[in-house]
Amino acid sequence: MKELQDLARKLLSEGTVKVVIGYEEGPRGARAAFITDPEQADPLIFDTRCVQNLAAYLNPRRKQIATLGKPAVVVKGCDARSVAGLIRENQIARDSVVIIAMQCGGVLENPDVAGELTSEAVSTRCGGCDVCEPKLFDHYIKSATAKTPPVNPKRTEQLAALAKMTPTERWNFWSEEFSRCIRCHACREACPMCFCVQCTAEKGTPLWIDAAATPRANRAWQTMRVLHQAGRCVDCLECERACPEHIPLGLLARYVADSVERRFEYKAGDDPSVPAPMGIYRTDDDEELIR
Amino acid sequence: MSDDVERGTSTANSTWSPKIVAFVCNWCTYTGADLAGTSRLKMDPNVRVIRLTCSSRVNPLFIIKAFERGADGVVVSGCHTGDCHYSTGNYYARRRFAILHDLLDFMGVEPNRLTFSWVSASEGNKWQELVNETTQRVKALGPFHEFQDMTPQGEFQEMAQKGGACQ
Repeated sequence: MKELQDLARKLLSEGTVKVVIGYEEGPRGARAAFITDPEQADPLIFDTRCVQNLAAYLNPRRKQIATLGKPAVVVKGCDARSVAGLIRENQIARDSVVIIAMQCGGVLENPDVAGELTSEAVSTRCGGCDVCEPKLFDHYIKSATAKTPPVNPKRTEQLAALAKMTPTERWNFWSEEFSRCIRCHACREACPMCFCVQCTAEKGTPLWIDAAATPRANRAWQTMRVLHQAGRCVDCLECERACPEHIPLGLLARYVADSVERRFEYKAGDDPSVPAPMGIYRTDDDEELIR
Repeated sequence: MSDDVERGTSTANSTWSPKIVAFVCNWCTYTGADLAGTSRLKMDPNVRVIRLTCSSRVNPLFIIKAFERGADGVVVSGCHTGDCHYSTGNYYARRRFAILHDLLDFMGVEPNRLTFSWVSASEGNKWQELVNETTQRVKALGPFHEFQDMTPQGEFQEMAQKGGACQ
């Protein structure tokens, strides 16, 4: 913790960066902090409650943060993949951001309360983590306590249960979930990789997706949003946490990410030089679906 | 026609037959379909052809929209790999279809309602087979109630009056 605060102080007082985006103590667990003054770096923390993917604040759509000046961002290994994604897709330049990577031993599913990292409490995305020690960083802060996180089987079980259903049952499952959607677009706003200047959901001519929260529009909206994240999503679950109606959006994202991995042998990683899977092709891609 | 018949929901009515929308590329499949027509090959009349420049022009939202507007099945067809008029369009399209197919399946759309194929300009026979086979497959699945029931009452008649896609 001390190491992180000292680094933030140093970067700010040297003028290397104008803002350090990190975590601080909030009224309900850890929350994002924007430190612009080297004297005020003390609140910075990093522990198992630091669930949020702060790479979302580097998204060029967040103009109010860009106006603060060059950022340094505190990331876990998994979040570093989002930064790599933004660099890969030419949304930010590598030298326009200072990456402070933390060695991480897993985070909690619910960031509001501190607790032991048990297999029920740990985030579903921590299981099988291969980026506990990130490769994309400018500064790397090691942890003496971080160890391999336990596996939370909840998400895999949900996916397996859905896979067993008939198409009609799956349709009804999602109809039920989407019926709660109020089309607040919080899933889009929270997503580090939703970076279009104008969203198709807000285009009127032609009207692809109704603006009102109707069953038809909700389904089309989520289909489009998730498809646009194919090969981009790093399963950070910001969309699901942002959803005020608790729609399990992470299931859709995870399913598509798995599908991309299975079909194109691509897993969103922290190397920005690897091209995005939907922007390239191989002449010998699988043709099982083509008649 | 009553709204029910328009939606294809009146199952008692034996006249129901599927509406299938085909998004085809200008250079291969459209020409192939044209060949099938000029060769007077007998085909089920259920497929409505929409001509696009390339199979990679197909935005997944086209397919969603087709289902919303009353399609029971969708066909997307383009040039064989290596034959694309724009060299590489169909390679990108192939990747997109694969992911779209998986996602729609996961969201509960019966995968047999979606057909992807490559039909070249000389394959009139293949187009004929594709049309007949797809029609049979979609017929077996019945009307796509799930999507059509989400469309607000009256929108189908409105489209019909305008002579729109639902006709």
